[in-house]
Amino acid sequence: MKRTLKEALKSGDFVITTEIGPPKGTNIEKMLHHIDLLKDKVDGLNVTDNQSSVMRLSSLAVCHLIKDRGGEPILQMTCRDRNRMALQADLLSAYVLGVENVLCLTGDHIMLGDHKGARQVFDLDSVQLIAAVRTLETGKDIGGNELDGAVSFCVGATATPEADRMGSQLLKFRKKIKAGAEFFQTQAVYDMDKLKEFMQYARQFEEVKILAGILVLTSVGMARYLNANVAGVTVPEELIEEVKSAGKGQGIVKGKEIAARHIKQIKKEGICDGIHLMAIGKEEIVPEILEMAGIK
Amino acid sequence: MIIAEQKPLEEIRSMAAKHKKILLLGCGTCVTVCMAGGEKEVGILASALRMARKLEGNRIEIIEDTILRQCEWEYLEEIAPKVDEVEAVISMACGVGVQAMAQQFPDKLIYPALNTTSLGMPAQHGLWVENCRGCGNCGLARFGAVCPVARCSKSLLNGPCGGSQDGKCEVNPEADCGWQLIYERMERLDQLELLEDILPAKNWSTDRDNGPRRTVREDVFIADVKGGTE
Repeated sequence: MKRTLKEALKSGDFVITTEIGPPKGTNIEKMLHHIDLLKDKVDGLNVTDNQSSVMRLSSLAVCHLIKDRGGEPILQMTCRDRNRMALQADLLSAYVLGVENVLCLTGDHIMLGDHKGARQVFDLDSVQLIAAVRTLETGKDIGGNELDGAVSFCVGATATPEADRMGSQLLKFRKKIKAGAEFFQTQAVYDMDKLKEFMQYARQFEEVKILAGILVLTSVGMARYLNANVAGVTVPEELIEEVKSAGKGQGIVKGKEIAARHIKQIKKEGICDGIHLMAIGKEEIVPEILEMAGIK
Repeated sequence: MIIAEQKPLEEIRSMAAKHKKILLLGCGTCVTVCMAGGEKEVGILASALRMARKLEGNRIEIIEDTILRQCEWEYLEEIAPKVDEVEAVISMACGVGVQAMAQQFPDKLIYPALNTTSLGMPAQHGLWVENCRGCGNCGLARFGAVCPVARCSKSLLNGPCGGSQDGKCEVNPEADCGWQLIYERMERLDQLELLEDILPAKNWSTDRDNGPRRTVREDVFIADVKGGTE
């Protein structure tokens, strides 16, 4: 039987997680193909929650599908779309469906997505959501009411190693740990020296496992977009040049090489406890990158 | 103070479309200070409406006036003779003033000329920012007197989200990240340690979530209160 993410994190092995993006609609064929392709090659499959504030098939439903197919799902939960009642209800639901891992996130702002006129929630923040999971584990909800049956989760959170204002980000990082986060998956990192700097700080929290976020570059345009629009992500100019050198339409070839190189270095030098590999919409390239990085 | 801004002229025109004689009523307090609905703005909007109606060959008569506050009965009473003269009133007050007018003059059509936006202040000339959400349970003491409920786009209580960059917000790169402001101020005051506490989920029952709020002060009740408890 496949080991759980919790077991993988405890094993001391280099842990690999990747990501499944639910479709916008009910056509799940391509996604199921990705799940089947990846489920035995990684220790956990994150399922995004209305990613980038774009309404999609729910994370919980897809986690259930992954579970059915023998995979190890990680339920991503943002605070944007549900109040504390809905979040707790979904945590109970996830638990009875056999989902054992949850990644607690703030969530992108509504304005960044495809329902700009919607009312955003943020009744809880990510720290409070982590704390809510831990409270549900005690057999009570966060209103202090008794539950008939508690939950149990492996709880994760996110961190931004390359944030430009580190002080306030590390404050949040510490509070997430204090609230009960067991593992972190970081925002995409491209500068290994900055990652090491962050890890030097993070290593003082020995009980916490940290997986470095690796986002595969597919083109020069994507790299420039990340630099211009995504907070806490910086693709260095020399990597952009490297992607450019592949020639038009071939950027992904170099992107895969860069990802594999970084994974190899992180593993070899023991920088982090594992990686979280993101290949948004191109999940089929994940096995190849892992192979190139010398994993499995 | 209450911040508001004028609605697009087209929208105001369409409200007045079927009327021949209206009162355009300014408010002398908050919206005068934020240059949205004071005496000066009444004059400008009245001219614009007259001109537009003249151009379409359908003249409108507009009485212009501004009272000190449209949100207090005593100032509303004095305007009654002018209200009587017209078919409808276009109020240049905030939403509170518009509704007070409607309550004072139950048989008169009252339209809003402004969009009420927030509780805030001018950050600089021509820029007004929201600094208070009126949540009913002020927590400023915990945050160096910078409000995360109002000034963080997500009203986060335990620190910034990952969308904070260069001290700015992911929603608007021109807007400050509220949490960066809090952090820097607490750092300056040597109070950063206070931010380490995990704040539990906020009790929103003092906000709108407990229904429209009524602030009751029985000690200042007097008999025969106008408008009373509605």
